[in-house]
Amino acid sequence: MWLEPNETVVEKIQYLDENGKLTGESPDVKDEELINLYKWMIQARSFDQRALKLQRQGRIGTYAPMIGQEAAQIGSAFALEKQDWVYPSYREVGVSLVHGVPMENFFLYTMGHLKGTASESANVFPVQIIIGAQCLHAVGGAWAGKYNKENSVSVAYIGDGGTSEGDFHEALNFAGVYKLPVVFFVQNNQWAISVPISKQTGSASISQKAVAYGITGVQVDGNDALAVYSTMKQALERARQGKPVLVEAITYRQGPHTTADDPTKYRDSGELEKWLAMDPLKRMKAFLMEKEIWNEELEQKEYEWADKKVSEAFELAVNTPRSKVEEIFGLVYEQKTNQLTEQLNSIPTEGVLK
Amino acid sequence: MTTMTMIEAINFTLRKEMERDQRVICIGEDIGKNGGVFRATDGLQALFGEERVVDTPIAESAIIGASVGMASRGLRPVAEIQFFGFIYEAMDQMVAQAARLRFRSGGVLQAPMVVRAPFGGGVRTPELHSDSLEGLFLHSPGMKVVMPSNAYDAKGLLTAAIRDNDPVLFLEPMKLYRAFKQEVPEEDYVIEIGKARVLKQGEELTIITWGPSVPLVSKVVEQWEKQTNTTVEIIDVRTISPIDEETILTSVQKTGRAIIVHEAVKTGGPGAEISALINEKALFHLTAPIIRITGFDTPYPVPSVEDEWLPNANRIIQGMKEVFSH
Ligand SMILES: Cc1ncc(C[n+]2csc(CCOP(=O)(O)OP(=O)(O)O)c2C)c(N)n1
Repeated sequence: MWLEPNETVVEKIQYLDENGKLTGESPDVKDEELINLYKWMIQARSFDQRALKLQRQGRIGTYAPMIGQEAAQIGSAFALEKQDWVYPSYREVGVSLVHGVPMENFFLYTMGHLKGTASESANVFPVQIIIGAQCLHAVGGAWAGKYNKENSVSVAYIGDGGTSEGDFHEALNFAGVYKLPVVFFVQNNQWAISVPISKQTGSASISQKAVAYGITGVQVDGNDALAVYSTMKQALERARQGKPVLVEAITYRQGPHTTADDPTKYRDSGELEKWLAMDPLKRMKAFLMEKEIWNEELEQKEYEWADKKVSEAFELAVNTPRSKVEEIFGLVYEQKTNQLTEQLNSIPTEGVLK
Repeated sequence: MTTMTMIEAINFTLRKEMERDQRVICIGEDIGKNGGVFRATDGLQALFGEERVVDTPIAESAIIGASVGMASRGLRPVAEIQFFGFIYEAMDQMVAQAARLRFRSGGVLQAPMVVRAPFGGGVRTPELHSDSLEGLFLHSPGMKVVMPSNAYDAKGLLTAAIRDNDPVLFLEPMKLYRAFKQEVPEEDYVIEIGKARVLKQGEELTIITWGPSVPLVSKVVEQWEKQTNTTVEIIDVRTISPIDEETILTSVQKTGRAIIVHEAVKTGGPGAEISALINEKALFHLTAPIIRITGFDTPYPVPSVEDEWLPNANRIIQGMKEVFSH
């Protein structure tokens, strides 16, 4: 039998249509959870908007906005248990916040502090710059979790562009061979900097790649928070039983790749408009309003509260003493080598030119 | 006390450490039933099961990357790269991931893992099987680079490497795997990583070397001393990162002459670093320029010219004559 490309038909899971109306039966999610989910989305958007502003003011460095991807990020992270581990890329601020990383860490990171995004209080790896590398860390983490009988799932977050990297494929292959408690969560936001998904892969979907590695694949409407949450819940359940899953969330990066990027150079505005109409927050809000568990007053209050939280986090970051060059020598090895000690001691304490 | 070859000592150490510590697991290609292409992991899977001695798909980046994940979550992986020349496939996971995890995480996470690999020439391998690439890692902060030259050191150093909380690259000279037997205590002992060994005292010249070149240098020096009235000090550095400056400098300050012998190519190699170190800290003790006898700046050659390419007795003696001509 000949296998032809893209014979596998993938159907996207969706609960809310573009206007936030249920397309069929609602998954069994409590009202309180739905509200919390939406509140986190507001928090993520507030952070994002402030970070952009602060970058423009020169108060923080380069930032990779997540606007448009809140349903994918919050919906998936909201499904995690505390003992689960997250292996993020550089764009997963929303995920990390939900999973317990203090918000100020992200300001500190973008302000060039050594402390970075890892924290003792949350099972979250530091943000990954090498697109794809984190997939293997999740695989190894999942192996350790299974070995230590932790009942935890390791989740690697990666973009569509990252799925072209070898590490992604080696990770899926390992996951399939060892049946590890791992989920690969791809945010297909249509673009890898300036390169569209059509130039990233010849396959019709990313989720179908799972088949080749003997693991489960699923595609979900990544702007539908309800669908992402419910799909991720099921993915985690499967992974906990040693059935790895590849999730592809179809979403859109509304902003630039980073604050150093200008998307008008490579994409037309018609595209952006189409996706703005499917904005994840708008959809979730309409759904909650329809259910009569949300209103404009609550909405306004929540934005104010979120804004205050962002301000507090920024204050904390601003008031954190700057990293000192002395500190870097202590982070290379568990104990400083003689060479590092000598180099540390060689730093001039005052200028030599008068 | 019993006698062992280097490969037996490595196998014995892996077994002992796996018995001692449940967290130690071995991971690599053909290391299970087959026991590794050089038999370093022979019999371990039968003893410890497939969960602890893992035969992986052929994917070097995944072997190292998964080890980073395991190590940061409480295991102590000992990964095998079948031949060191294949390390290029995993360079990112080695130097940008394993070596930097402590730094990147602001000290929250660490990667206590060992990457073992056979390396070095003189055994007529196919292409990319004999390359000495230790210099790449000397240049990569965060990783320790250890290269034993005998069975006794291999056991003590590998034990230390497995118990170390930093990633350690453990390079095994394949020419020496079965070259000779040596007395090796079965009891637990550790050789501190970063400490060189003065293999032989001497007064007029220091030869600094490691791994596969150590027995060669010893032999050449023995002949040299019989035919001249000069004595030569030999230092087996054992670890090039971090390097034992004190032992090297003390020796060179005494002898006033230095030769560095390694199989890695010359330009930008570890010899350049050691030479710079002597220049910075012991220049005025020198009575002759420092000489490096190394692989040439070409890809590792085909077997017909391998023996001329590698540091060999003739090239070392030529270098010794030169330092003594000043
Ligand atoms: C190994 C590697 N190559 C190239 C880059 C430069 N780079 C950073 S982000 C990016 C695009 C990634 O796109 P995608 O995976 O779709 O994620 P997104 O940025 O859309 O979230 C590239 C090429 C990198 N960081 N790492």
